[in-house]
Amino acid sequence: MPKITYITSTGVEHVVDADSGISAMQAAVSHRVPGIDGDCGGVAACGTCHVWVDPSWLDRVGPARPGIESEMLALTDGRTPCSRLACQIELADAHDGLLLRMPTDQH
Amino acid sequence: MNAAVKPPQNHVERARTMPLADIDVSDITLYQQDALAPYFERLRREAPVHWCKNSLYGGYWSITRYHDIVAIDTNHKQFSSDHTNGSFVLDDTTLNAVEGGISLPNFLGMDPPTHDDHRMAVSPIMAPANLLRFESLIRSRTKDLFDSLPLGQTFNWVEQVSIPLTTMMLATLLDFPFEDRARLTRWSDIVTTRPGYGLVDSWEQRTAELMECLGYFQTLREQRQKLPPRADLISMLAHSPAMQGMTPTDFLGMLVLLIVGGNDTTRSSMSGSAMAAYLYPDEFAKAKADPALLASLVPEVIRWQTPIAHMRRTAIEDVEFRGQQIRKGDKVVMWYLSGNRDETVIERPDDFIADRANARRHLSFGFGIHRCLGNRLAEMQIKVLWEEMLGRYSKIEVVDAPLRVPSNLIHGYLDIQTRLHA
Repeated sequence: MPKITYITSTGVEHVVDADSGISAMQAAVSHRVPGIDGDCGGVAACGTCHVWVDPSWLDRVGPARPGIESEMLALTDGRTPCSRLACQIELADAHDGLLLRMPTDQH
Repeated sequence: MNAAVKPPQNHVERARTMPLADIDVSDITLYQQDALAPYFERLRREAPVHWCKNSLYGGYWSITRYHDIVAIDTNHKQFSSDHTNGSFVLDDTTLNAVEGGISLPNFLGMDPPTHDDHRMAVSPIMAPANLLRFESLIRSRTKDLFDSLPLGQTFNWVEQVSIPLTTMMLATLLDFPFEDRARLTRWSDIVTTRPGYGLVDSWEQRTAELMECLGYFQTLREQRQKLPPRADLISMLAHSPAMQGMTPTDFLGMLVLLIVGGNDTTRSSMSGSAMAAYLYPDEFAKAKADPALLASLVPEVIRWQTPIAHMRRTAIEDVEFRGQQIRKGDKVVMWYLSGNRDETVIERPDDFIADRANARRHLSFGFGIHRCLGNRLAEMQIKVLWEEMLGRYSKIEVVDAPLRVPSNLIHGYLDIQTRLHA
């Protein structure tokens, strides 16, 4: 059960005890974390689960994958090297303590 | 006149009493009369996974509940949209070489991995920098158009508002010669029609016009190939490495997707906007008093209108779904028009509610890998439209029963006799 911290654009922290094996988007949506939408259901087709992985975690989580994830991120505002689609981050116990920052708006 | 709100009484009775097995929600006459609601309601309640044995299109399954539609839409491994399995609309003649139709393959009708490459070739059109550029164009065009509309005089909103605005947008996306843009409207309309519905007299005529469309765009593509890459769809297709091996059939198929998906749909939402404003004057007043409500109003318009009534899949293996045995090869139709009225998921689903909570919770853009690529652009156009509507008028009146598109796919209007009041 990795603990994931989602930080809103105004600095409010939402800490979630997530299940291993689900995506960071699913963990956020099922725990009603405001700031992540996941309109397409989690298949990198809508870009509404954009998050910035804390730089200290980027190596462990990995950067955005080439292909559909990177292409969808190219359509979001504020894309940085730390950008990921939360639906493409599969959570594992090793992610305990992960910090993800969310944009003000996913639309 | 409030005839548009309730379905004709004879259909309420018929839907309630006819044998379940005989219900055919693909029947075009139901769409012309806007009489689907009682049939979908009965199916959601009594047969959420319903086999219709006989229709103009052969046998097909109807999926009518919201969550079941999401389940099918996100399960492309068992329910394929691939053109080799029949594509993604119920009428096989629309996109396949069946009866008198022609093959029109495109990425909405493809499975991964090929789907991904094709979609990525055009997804850059939706980059933030492009959307910004489009926004200022949309705004100036919408303002100019509304400046030209008469007050207190009846006109057809579809012809004077919905079609001009969306055709101009499509011409911009394609960087299509502006003076010829009426051809885009025509080509869009004939893709989704059959002979006998008033648009083409024969299959040969439809094919001939689509070949003209292909020829026109082939010339544009050749021109763009010689120029440096630009931010328009034809230039993207001309320069994309993944699209270099495109056959004429592939190219026409792609064009058809962009022309219909990127235009006909938003047209329908713009038309629905006039209907919603007229049928729900209190909601119009609410939004007029508080423009911040546009954030929920815009997705609500798209839910309420449901521009694409259905999307179809083909089972590529035998599947048991909600206790029903779906056979390999069966057509499976996700009725977005029903899912968006699912009372177990959406409160007061028939009503247009400007400040609806969870307004984004709808099926109009689909779900899963094929989810509408142009959704942000659609929403932008609807937002700007409503800014003008709310800013200029106290009331939008529809003076006669509207004429609807005779289609079980394109849920739209042909004629809305409108009168604007300052």
